[in-house]
Amino acid sequence: MTELFANPWFHWAFYTVLLISFALGAVMGLIYIERRGMGRMQSRLGPNRTGPFGLLQAVADAVKVLLKEDIVPANADKVVHWLAPIVAFVPVLLIFAVVPFMNGAMLADLNIGILYVFAIGSISSVGIFMAGWSSSNKYSLLGAMRDVASIVSYEIPLVLAIIGVVILAGSLSTNEIVKAQANIPFILLQPLGFIIFFAAACAEINRSPFDLLEADSELVAGFHTEYSGMKFAMFYLVEYAEALAMCAIISTIFLGGWQGPVLPPWLWFLVKTFGMFYVMVWTRTTFPRVRIDQLMALAWKFMLPLALINIVVTAIEVVIWPTPAGLPWVLIIVNFAVAGILIVTWSRLMKYGWGRVETTLR
Amino acid sequence: MLTDYGYVALFGVVALLLALSMVLIPFALRFIGVVPHNPNSVKTSTFECGMETIGKTWVQFNFRYYFYALLFVAMDVLIIFLYPFAVGLRKLGSFGLTAAIILIFIVLVGYVYAWKKRTLEWK
Repeated sequence: MTELFANPWFHWAFYTVLLISFALGAVMGLIYIERRGMGRMQSRLGPNRTGPFGLLQAVADAVKVLLKEDIVPANADKVVHWLAPIVAFVPVLLIFAVVPFMNGAMLADLNIGILYVFAIGSISSVGIFMAGWSSSNKYSLLGAMRDVASIVSYEIPLVLAIIGVVILAGSLSTNEIVKAQANIPFILLQPLGFIIFFAAACAEINRSPFDLLEADSELVAGFHTEYSGMKFAMFYLVEYAEALAMCAIISTIFLGGWQGPVLPPWLWFLVKTFGMFYVMVWTRTTFPRVRIDQLMALAWKFMLPLALINIVVTAIEVVIWPTPAGLPWVLIIVNFAVAGILIVTWSRLMKYGWGRVETTLR
Repeated sequence: MLTDYGYVALFGVVALLLALSMVLIPFALRFIGVVPHNPNSVKTSTFECGMETIGKTWVQFNFRYYFYALLFVAMDVLIIFLYPFAVGLRKLGSFGLTAAIILIFIVLVGYVYAWKKRTLEWK
């Protein structure tokens, strides 16, 4: 088996097939979890007719959507309208290239793995903007503009929250980061970083409560109002594949990836990833949608300063205790205390009109 | 190292082909007659709540996006400089920490100025 994997072509072919089938298969699982979980949380059943427990609902939807008529608006920019789903879909799939399923079990162990994830991941918002712009529909255009604004804002806290982890691990490679969590998952050492990253990731992939770009109640469906048939399905797929990628990244850098007792490593990875997604469904059903000014204020006035403070605190800790012996209980307690105090005090500042200058800094 | 990037590039080609085929399969099925294709002027009109859309759609962006974009550029430069610092912090020690804090402080001055000038408000 090992000599087979030593052959680069076999390695590439194996992981290409694995990653594509994992992405497409897991997305169906995520759609099922989301619809059933949301149904349960809202005191209803969710899809339960197609197959046992409604398990085949996603398959039925896929077949239905494949057979639908493809409508392109007469006013639309046709070429861009066709290209947009492709531009949005390809980068999302590329993120999975650096996700470690087991020790070294990944398509490419890039030494800049985490940087690669965010460099590639933000390209798909170009596809979303192309979709909104080319549709020649005002709802779509508003949704696309909001998407650009939120991506630009939340990219910063998202990437800053990672730096704390990078300081602790001393490497950008995703596999090395998982290996550095052999004793303790980084969520315990980086509670503030985890909270910021989770919220910013929800905003980056446009999930509730930050799903302003497709706010159904005001923008119909946002950027994909004018899409139908298979191209609509691709945007749907992109949305869930992005969620899957973000959950995989969170479980890799904060929850210890494939590390864990008893169970085989790949199963640990899957459990953590799907558990993270369940938390996302939970937040979606719990929180109401934010307003656009609240969305921007949260990114610029709350997350950005806290993420910078988090980096400085982590860096000071690492300089003082370069290699803590055993379990660093002191660091865990200090970090949780810092996170709690910062969040509470900064929330007080935000209480008056989300940090508006007129009311606080006059 | 280069083989790793080769893997990613080849994977990207496969992903592109997959995305293309997903768009083109319904297009091919249309010629067999499985997927319907009967456009009419109402169906292909722009979606609106029952009336014709008024004016051009491709309007210009509001100016406030521009402020956020400018701030984003400044912050992104900070982030790019912080990444190598974060990787090498254990080797750099307290010297690296001081340098990073000075860099963050310089950017923070501009950030506080922008906050005071109300560019962070969504008006």
